[in-house]
Amino acid sequence: MASLRDIKSRITSTKKTSQITKAMQMVSASKLNRAEENAKAYVPYMGKIQEVVAAIATGTNDSGHPMLTSRPVKKTAYLVITSDRGLAGAYNSNVLRAVTNAINERHTSSDDYVIFAIGRMGRDFFVKRGSNVIESVVALPDQPSFADIKEIARKAVGMFTDGTYDELYMYYNHFVSAISQEVTEKKVLPLTDIAVEMGTTASYEFEPSAEAILEVLLPQYAESLIFGALLDGKASEHAARMSAMKSATDNASELISNLTLVYNRARQAAITQEITEIVGGAAALE
Amino acid sequence: MKTLTVNIVTPDGPVYDSEVDMIIAKTASGEIGILPGHIPMVAPLVIGAVKLKKDGKTEYVAVNGGFVEVRPEKVTILAQSSEVASSIDLARAKEAMKRAEERLQGKQDTTDFSRAELSLKRAMNRINVYEGNI
Repeated sequence: MASLRDIKSRITSTKKTSQITKAMQMVSASKLNRAEENAKAYVPYMGKIQEVVAAIATGTNDSGHPMLTSRPVKKTAYLVITSDRGLAGAYNSNVLRAVTNAINERHTSSDDYVIFAIGRMGRDFFVKRGSNVIESVVALPDQPSFADIKEIARKAVGMFTDGTYDELYMYYNHFVSAISQEVTEKKVLPLTDIAVEMGTTASYEFEPSAEAILEVLLPQYAESLIFGALLDGKASEHAARMSAMKSATDNASELISNLTLVYNRARQAAITQEITEIVGGAAALE
Repeated sequence: MKTLTVNIVTPDGPVYDSEVDMIIAKTASGEIGILPGHIPMVAPLVIGAVKLKKDGKTEYVAVNGGFVEVRPEKVTILAQSSEVASSIDLARAKEAMKRAEERLQGKQDTTDFSRAELSLKRAMNRINVYEGNI
């Protein structure tokens, strides 16, 4: 059995750890609130842009725009959104597993796909595996603004337009609730599934022409899809970290109570033994 | 007199939301003025200032590209970034302008000229809007 001192020091160190995890849990909880607010601020923009894109795409029969047409897939791009730091439960490994599975299923050679990485965990993972990581963004703030990812979004969309690859998928954790996040695969480009369910098909006048507007609108739309996924991913990250830290704190307090029990038992055993020895010694003297 | 509701929305949230009498915006095909009752229209914008006239006063909002969606009573401007004059960080804009100018004058082959030019335009637009000389 471990000595009293050993148990005592384990209790102390577990307590210290649980203080840290508790603090991290609370930090993540407040960051989650902020992230949800950001996601809310973004909703009107997305809603509006979707409405206009749908109105134009349905209003014009001309679907010849390169971003709207599927072409034979020779090369695929994956945009993977992960966090910069760990300690967020299965947050990163879920996304990375999903991407790896998809890649293994669809491609036989590593020349057939490229990776865009947002977040250090994803970047390191793919660099280590020898994948072709074209561009990465790391160390994003917890409340990212659009300017932070503008470059990578523009590049991801631009390289589709100039034909470097023929599909762009996005992988991120979708925020369902504070205790549940699910890995989502979303096809960003080509934009084949523009919502046509919009009832308000206001007929617009296009200045100068519908094609010219699509030219501006579609990249902007695709870039904002990426930004939306990032906000979603950030909210999921904080939620995942919060629940991971919560279960760490719970485990720590369970461990502490078990150890305290063991400690008390050991102490009692030591006292009993001491008394037995004294009594034994006294009896021997008589 | 009839008024128009104007919304300026960016991915980082709404920037401007108010009733105005008239809007003047720079579209790709030239400046347009929008009065209440305008026919529904969509037009791409260039980097420039949007003028919002209200009770004889004019407000300026810097808009970085995007497009404008017009409906008879409602105008929505969707841009990737946008600032009202009062929230522009002048020092930052001036610094960005200097950086862009240096890059343009550096004349290295590696410089991405179109990008440098765009950021120069954006910075100058911000400064102009801040100082109100349009």
